[in-house]
Amino acid sequence: MNVVLAKSETRQAVSDVFASVRDRLPGAGKAAETRTQAFEAFERAGLPHRRLEDWKYTDLRALMREVLPLAAVPDANALNRAEAALAALPEVDGSRLVLVDGAFAPALSKLAGLEAGVHVQTLREALKDGRNAELLSNGTEPGAMIALNAAMATDGALVTVADGKALTKPIHIVHVATRASAASYTRSFLKIGKAARATLLESFVAADGAKSYQVNDAVSISVGDDAHLQHVRLMADSADATNITTVIFTIGAKVRLTTFNMTSGGGLSRYQGHLTFAGEGAEVNANGVNLLNGRQHADTTLFLDHAVPHCMSREVFRSVLDDRAHSVFQGRIIVRPDAQKTDAKMMTRALLLSDEAEADNKPELEIFADDVTCGHGATTGALDESLLFYLRARGLSEKEAQALLIQAFVGEAIETIASDDLREVAIATAQRWLEVRG
Amino acid sequence: MAAVQETVDRVRRIDVDQYRYGFETLIESEKAPKGLSEDTVRFISAKKHEPAWMLEWRLEAYRRWLTMTEPTWARVDYPKIDYQDIYYYAAPKPKKALTSIDEIDPEILKTYEKLGIPLREVAILEGVEPPAGGEPSPSRKIAVDAVFDSVSVATTFKEELRKAGVIFMPISEAIREHPELVKKYLGSVVPTSDNYFATLNSAVFSDGSFVYVPPGVRCPMELSTYFRINERNTGQFERTLIIAERGSYVSYLEGCTAPQRDENQLHAAVVELVALDDAEIKYSTVQNWYPGNSEGKGGIYNFVTKRGDCRGVNSKISWTQVETGSAITWKYPSCILRGDNSRGEFYSIAISNGHQQVDSGTKMLHLGKNTTSRIISKGIAAGVSQNTYRGLVTAHRKATGARNYTACDSLLIGDKCGAHTVPYVEAKNSSALFEHEATTSKISEDVLFYCTQRGLSQEEAVGLVVNGFVKDVLQQLPMEFAVEAQKLISISLEGSVG
Repeated sequence: MNVVLAKSETRQAVSDVFASVRDRLPGAGKAAETRTQAFEAFERAGLPHRRLEDWKYTDLRALMREVLPLAAVPDANALNRAEAALAALPEVDGSRLVLVDGAFAPALSKLAGLEAGVHVQTLREALKDGRNAELLSNGTEPGAMIALNAAMATDGALVTVADGKALTKPIHIVHVATRASAASYTRSFLKIGKAARATLLESFVAADGAKSYQVNDAVSISVGDDAHLQHVRLMADSADATNITTVIFTIGAKVRLTTFNMTSGGGLSRYQGHLTFAGEGAEVNANGVNLLNGRQHADTTLFLDHAVPHCMSREVFRSVLDDRAHSVFQGRIIVRPDAQKTDAKMMTRALLLSDEAEADNKPELEIFADDVTCGHGATTGALDESLLFYLRARGLSEKEAQALLIQAFVGEAIETIASDDLREVAIATAQRWLEVRG
Repeated sequence: MAAVQETVDRVRRIDVDQYRYGFETLIESEKAPKGLSEDTVRFISAKKHEPAWMLEWRLEAYRRWLTMTEPTWARVDYPKIDYQDIYYYAAPKPKKALTSIDEIDPEILKTYEKLGIPLREVAILEGVEPPAGGEPSPSRKIAVDAVFDSVSVATTFKEELRKAGVIFMPISEAIREHPELVKKYLGSVVPTSDNYFATLNSAVFSDGSFVYVPPGVRCPMELSTYFRINERNTGQFERTLIIAERGSYVSYLEGCTAPQRDENQLHAAVVELVALDDAEIKYSTVQNWYPGNSEGKGGIYNFVTKRGDCRGVNSKISWTQVETGSAITWKYPSCILRGDNSRGEFYSIAISNGHQQVDSGTKMLHLGKNTTSRIISKGIAAGVSQNTYRGLVTAHRKATGARNYTACDSLLIGDKCGAHTVPYVEAKNSSALFEHEATTSKISEDVLFYCTQRGLSQEEAVGLVVNGFVKDVLQQLPMEFAVEAQKLISISLEGSVG
């Protein structure tokens, strides 16, 4: 195949897509200008490819190949199918915001459950009359995929939690895809006020009839001083879908943040997290699990920027790979020159259940301060034969024994979720994956 | 803590006077015209009286090089190199044809004496006492090939090695005397098109060592090459090729120094090792090129491609390196574990001080079944230096039972330096078992307190900790080098430890 040709075809197709949907995209004036600039930035770079160090293992030019046309605004039929998909989700007490094919669906959302001190607005409303164009700017975050997101974002949720408010129930954002061969772009913002407490759950699911679709989501999360946030993301898109998500965290002083991502769906996915410590004394647990089979390709790329002193971070990442699955973990920790007393640890482990699976790990440390403790570890291997034998000797079947060991393996990453409800949801997702495996 | 300030002050005080090998030897030399062109390549080839096929090989590499671009992915930062501003060939002017070591220019002999490298077939390297009772035992002898700028000036113990069947000679001689071996193996591990610097080396390499150990032979002594850059504005491009035949063993040492100069000099070497069935090659380097002065002026750019091919079953290649010199180091001694049950090892201590930049590590490519590899890397950064470990461990789909253990630790001394770890771990089959760990820390105050409380001075305590930190690697060095290396480490850290 001629790569150059494929590339230019893709570019052509994308600019057509952008030109044809411009009128549908919210925001005029300044916002529209920002979109054009973002789109130009994307066009200059094109789809990321393996010659970019950051995308070494996930070459979108080869894997994604093209940018699909924007999904149509959901009609009644789509909403019905979305509703059925929502019903299949585990029940989570609290408020729910539903985005169907990139459009906010008020009928399916449960905003009545919102607690006092929480303010919700949609991106579409916020951009009305060209206001708040800065919501579409990407700041210093580079990258073609987030630029494409800014250009094409149709909707999203803007959630603000007031200073000092301690929420008791999680806020649940659900992305439902209903269309075939279409793309959706969402952009959400979560702002946690000083000393507030909140829990955010994000789910990605496919409705009946959704097929070979693309999701490009961007979330910006800022956590004020002394606030606590738990963030859980469960990606269960259909196995032929593409999901590229960028999450940007900025956290203040003495923040306690737990963020957990589980990828069990999607044929091609990339979860890229970018976290900046903006205040001293913060503690972060950034964990993740990839459960993959078939020909799934999942990439988790986390970048932790220890820009200030006295912060702590822990990363625990687990991947379980069956069939011809391919898991990528790129963890990068940078400790800036003044970030003394940083305590950062990163552990990534891959479990290969098949000889055709592939696990690539790149745990990177960049240290510019001397009074720090930083470490990383990476292991790759198969299930321990002696443990399997022990369990088999006690009457478990091969599959049961494997399932038990896999549960324990991913459990180390899941158990940091403090909320019982959300932890249960995560465990249930993992168990479902094991059951399907048979 | 106070020690940090003290450290900074001391590091500032470390200056060029710390580098003991910075003197220059004043001798007449013969150079190729400055710059690089096909004519330069032809000039070098003619100087070496090379056969036509060798010239063709070089020219092909040169033409390939013209189409390549300099790599930029390493964490090193240097002004653009002007490849036309370098002499690619410089050789001490011979006064007459040499028949014995006594006829070598006394200036050169003096140089090596000053460096502590015996060119006379006498004893052993400086720093090791001969055993009581006089004569050193044969196993303690070291054969030395001395490379001065672009040529080999002397190779010792040639006769004794020949008796054992071992060929140890400058590669320029080997091209003439053993063309069949050179043809077969040269470029078979590092192809001419491998990377920018290796391709450049293929075009213009002038000398280096050639070692051939026949089947079943255990090389009777350590082999050693000592590289010295002397001439101004020259680059050194040496090429080393070691072939260990079935069931043989060889241990090879390499050392290098250069005079202090204000301008940067380029050193782009290629080392190829081939280990056939059941063979073992142990390759040790003490790299002490001039690192530049305290302002970061001058120093050697050390852009080296080293690769070993465990071609046979049960073969083993072990790299040990102590890196203290060079302004910039760009070097990844690697093992291709092709033969079943083959084994690769990499032990490294990289110490950077002043304005040095080190980007070094290894690659372990597991291709055969039941291959194992081990990586122990210790990086120590002081001053305003940057020290990066970059490593790749990969298991091919058919490399069942591949095992790797990697430990890379970094120690930071002072708050202006940086230590970085960039490992790539790629597993393509389920029976591969890879373990990787890395830590970065400063010397624990508890440990220092414990030592000082027991009467050690602060400096002695730090010395103790640092030596303990690098012990794993030093143990792998042959005795003669371990002594040298230990001395180097104390020099490099002298004053920088607080």
